[in-house]
Amino acid sequence: MSWWTPQLAATLWAMFQALVILLAVVVVGAALTVVERRLLGLWQDRYGPNRVGPFGTLQLIADMLKIFFKEDWTPPFASRALFMLAPNLAFASLLLSFVIIPITPGWGVADMHIGLLFFLALAGINVYAVLIGGWASGNKYALLGALRASAQTLSYEVFMGLSLMGVVAMAGSFNLRDIVAAQEGLWFVIPQFLGFVTFLIAGIAVTHRHPFDQPEAEQELADGYHVEYSGMKFGMFFIGEYVGMVLVSALIVTLFFGGWQGPWLPPIVWFALKTSFFLMLFILLRASLPRPRYDRVMSFGWRVCLPLTLVNLLATGAVLLLTGS
Amino acid sequence: MELGFYLSGLVAVLATVGLISGSSPVHAVVYLIVSLIAVALVFFALGAPFAGALEIIVYAGAIMVLFVFVVMMLNLRPEAKRDPLWLRPGYWLGPSLLALVLLVALVALISDGQAGMTIDGELITARDIGLTLFGPWLIVVELAAILLLAALVTASHVGRRNKPRGNRNRGGTR
Repeated sequence: MSWWTPQLAATLWAMFQALVILLAVVVVGAALTVVERRLLGLWQDRYGPNRVGPFGTLQLIADMLKIFFKEDWTPPFASRALFMLAPNLAFASLLLSFVIIPITPGWGVADMHIGLLFFLALAGINVYAVLIGGWASGNKYALLGALRASAQTLSYEVFMGLSLMGVVAMAGSFNLRDIVAAQEGLWFVIPQFLGFVTFLIAGIAVTHRHPFDQPEAEQELADGYHVEYSGMKFGMFFIGEYVGMVLVSALIVTLFFGGWQGPWLPPIVWFALKTSFFLMLFILLRASLPRPRYDRVMSFGWRVCLPLTLVNLLATGAVLLLTGS
Repeated sequence: MELGFYLSGLVAVLATVGLISGSSPVHAVVYLIVSLIAVALVFFALGAPFAGALEIIVYAGAIMVLFVFVVMMLNLRPEAKRDPLWLRPGYWLGPSLLALVLLVALVALISDGQAGMTIDGELITARDIGLTLFGPWLIVVELAAILLLAALVTASHVGRRNKPRGNRNRGGTR
């Protein structure tokens, strides 16, 4: 057993962790598609999908079978290489961001000191998935959806970064483990309430969820940038959106709600509970809010949220300097 | 570290060749994005992940999106059938000579003395960068900020929709 060194064991353990987290995220993202429809049914006083299996629990398997066996059609007028690239980009860029999230004290993929910046960089790359997918489809509705999506995401990413800087200033680090450790006494949602609100809004906008789903508005754009996609390529866009939802929820929990910390229960339970709470919030928002007009969304971002985050950052900096911490 | 450096450097060079040799404008812009990401990876390999992350956030994530945006709005067709004017010597001889001079200078500078340098990937953290920027280079940072503010004011002035209130009765909205 000379080859079995502690280093090899650590490497294998890290690889195992990464694999489990990857699978868990994808499975949770896929399961959310059905959970969301059931919850929407509950909140809107109707049944939702309840035919497959007991209480509709097997709906997910039916949906997956359908999406796997659908014809994967590439339109002849599409730009082939870019058409193939876009869904992979949409899926991978959000999935990769999970690398930085510390699930529990012992679990997590990477312990990077630029953690938050890594997330912002991948969120920046995620814009191209929509933009390239919409253009490569060779369809005017897709292109219009892609242009809307990129303008919206770009505007909201500006203050998404700014809204997180208050947290970074208080924790003194970009590393998410340090940020969780800094919330030992007080969750950042209390001193950084403005940061939390603006990050929540920006997170919803960046994942194109209701009420910020102008890029895929069914009424006027016939589903926007992924109108030409079918089969597994559409599935990747679709699951990618839910993965984004899980990611933003997990980030909110880690940055503002103390991550895995909590009394009595083990850390993993706390993390899962908090993350599910924000996932439910995402779905409840979709169930209750209509879609605002596009120009309102843009001016809200630039005229309300951006100044708010700047004020928050200035105030945080001033308080930190005065208290000398 | 060293392997990562050379691999991403190779990708950057190949993507840039693809950028200038392709005929479709959108493909060219995508190549440029790949090239920028490869350069960011070079930063990572050199032990400057902060610079690398900022490169992706600012260049690939923000500026290039606007490029892609404009290229898509213009809806340019691939220019395959146009006469390749740029293949004539008159077009590339002068710039190539100047670039050659620069290359010679660069090679001479690199080969001068510091041959023993290796890529060790010594980590430069965000804290180091912040302390350097707002310590010895404070005035430069503030000057750059003022320059950017001036550019912002100019852009918002040029891009305003309504004419000033005084001559609205003559001009109206554009």
